[in-house]
Amino acid sequence: MSAVSLRGVRKSFGSTEVVHGVDISIADGEFCVLVGPSGCGKSTLLRMIAGLEEISAGEIAIGARVVNALRPKERDIAMVFQNYALYPHMTVYDNMAFSLKLAGVPKDEAGQRVADASQILGLNDYLQRYPRQLSGGQRQRVAMGRAIVRKPQVFLFDEPLSNLDAKLRVAMRTEIKALHQRLTTTSVYVTHDQIEAMTMADRIVVMNAGRVEQIGSPLGLYDDPANLFVAGFIGSPAMNFLKGRLNGSAVAVGSGISLPVRTGLESGREVLLGVRPEHLAVAADGVPAEVVVVEPTGADTQIFCKLAGTDVTAVVRERHDFRPGESIRLKPQLTYLFDPSSGARLA
Amino acid sequence: MSVSRFFDNRNTLGALFLLPAAALLLVFLTYPLGLGTWLGFTNAKIGRAGEWIGLENFQFLFGDAVARLSLFNTLFYTLVASVFKFVLGLWLALLLNKSLPFKAVLRAVVLLPFIVPTALSALAFWWLYDAQFSVLSWTLAKMGLIDSYINFLGDPWLARLSTIAANIWRGVPFVAITLLAGLQTISPSLYEAAALDGATEWQKFWHVTLPMLTPIIAVVMTFSVLFTFTDFQLIYVLTRGGPLNATHLMATLSFQRAILGGALGEGAALATAMVPFLLAAITFSYFGLQRRAWQQGGADK
Repeated sequence: MSAVSLRGVRKSFGSTEVVHGVDISIADGEFCVLVGPSGCGKSTLLRMIAGLEEISAGEIAIGARVVNALRPKERDIAMVFQNYALYPHMTVYDNMAFSLKLAGVPKDEAGQRVADASQILGLNDYLQRYPRQLSGGQRQRVAMGRAIVRKPQVFLFDEPLSNLDAKLRVAMRTEIKALHQRLTTTSVYVTHDQIEAMTMADRIVVMNAGRVEQIGSPLGLYDDPANLFVAGFIGSPAMNFLKGRLNGSAVAVGSGISLPVRTGLESGREVLLGVRPEHLAVAADGVPAEVVVVEPTGADTQIFCKLAGTDVTAVVRERHDFRPGESIRLKPQLTYLFDPSSGARLA
Repeated sequence: MSVSRFFDNRNTLGALFLLPAAALLLVFLTYPLGLGTWLGFTNAKIGRAGEWIGLENFQFLFGDAVARLSLFNTLFYTLVASVFKFVLGLWLALLLNKSLPFKAVLRAVVLLPFIVPTALSALAFWWLYDAQFSVLSWTLAKMGLIDSYINFLGDPWLARLSTIAANIWRGVPFVAITLLAGLQTISPSLYEAAALDGATEWQKFWHVTLPMLTPIIAVVMTFSVLFTFTDFQLIYVLTRGGPLNATHLMATLSFQRAILGGALGEGAALATAMVPFLLAAITFSYFGLQRRAWQQGGADK
């Protein structure tokens, strides 16, 4: 096991820079999730750690070793690919034992290590099968098994669950997390799914357009987003944003509607008011909103409505029998303020 | 039964649609093949219908030194040329699969020998191999490597090797382009996985590329062996089977005996004698081509 640190890492393809100087330090044994929308550079970053992409500038260290110039096989890492990248002409056993065979590990020991891994992953009955004869979830396990038998310093996961159906994805999520708790190997996990990030990570790195937006624990990011992007990206359903003008201890969001906020900022400035759907309560002393669609999920109810001309979503635990077009009153329990131009958090 | 009902019947309709193709195959493939095989069992000559003589032609050919030599030549020609075509073709395919500058142009250039009509390229080789005007001999002589010009097509073994070289030149593009297509179906992430697993370039080739390529190698080499075994044009333009029948293949000898010599029965028998070898090659590849376990889907999905 090893810590991983990225210092001022940049990546350019030709003259286009896609990763603009990233600093991350991942502690030994930590499960770190890189999350961000497509094209934000998270996979490129992971491939740079793996040695599959060259590092244009900056430094990547695994443990105490700077690995910039090392080839993938010298970095002592294992990677789980999005498409699993299992060797189709090898059995499950051979897939898992391939790296050991290349490393010259004696047959008995290799067999023991594969047996241990397949025991953990529940693959014992499938060792003599070929990847084609396995289901998606089983292939995913083989890909992880291949990583486990190596006993590497670091596990790298490149969107490993995105080819699975929704139900299996939730199950595998738990399995990977349990596996990490058991093996405690430093892991770097790339995903575009913020729920995966929230549920699995010890620490999340939110990336956007080749830059790190914020690094923090899942709940830390949820409770205390540094900027508009993180606030909008983390949390589901996404945070509501209302344009408005600060007026003392309230934000006027239009047509005479003001929402109370706690802030020490000067009056009169333009702000974006952010409020999470779960922090909007139906209350008699709230501001008026018009119901558009009501979606009960059983545990809670999502109410899509128009508030001062803006679409907002509220999630409430109690059951209401609202009709589309009906006017209700919503009261924000917790609000955030952002600068509309820079996106920086104000309060 | 009305006519429209007749045409509504799936079986009737199917048979009708098959008819044109079946007729073409019957007239242009089955009939000549059948006639050729039948002629092999007769003593037909040009201008004289033959009578059934059983295996007499084959018995004669078996005892005929030239026919036996042509069998040896054909096997030698096919074996050596196929091995070289495979090795060179695979090597070229691997090269073209890398990201090279002017990749599209290079790929087109590689295909050229395949596009040029064989008779034309054979003429070019004829010049290259000419006893007096050979540019190869001239170059070697100017470099001071040889004293006298090489008689490429005049010496039996030199002629064999020279015709084989021409055949390799012509056959490599087919192998290379087909294998290149096969290479491009191999997912790049397999190589990345192999790199992380600690494989060297050679190990990647041996453990990933080659096994993944086996099915397509089986197909392309079967075709290559069939084409080479039945080759006619190159030999006919370059040497007409000479010198001293050293380059006569079964196909060229068959033509010489049947058409030029007029012994239709004997020539046909020689051609028919090629069939078992071709069938053997096809059988071999049929088993080589059988879907391997790893290519089959599971019942478990």
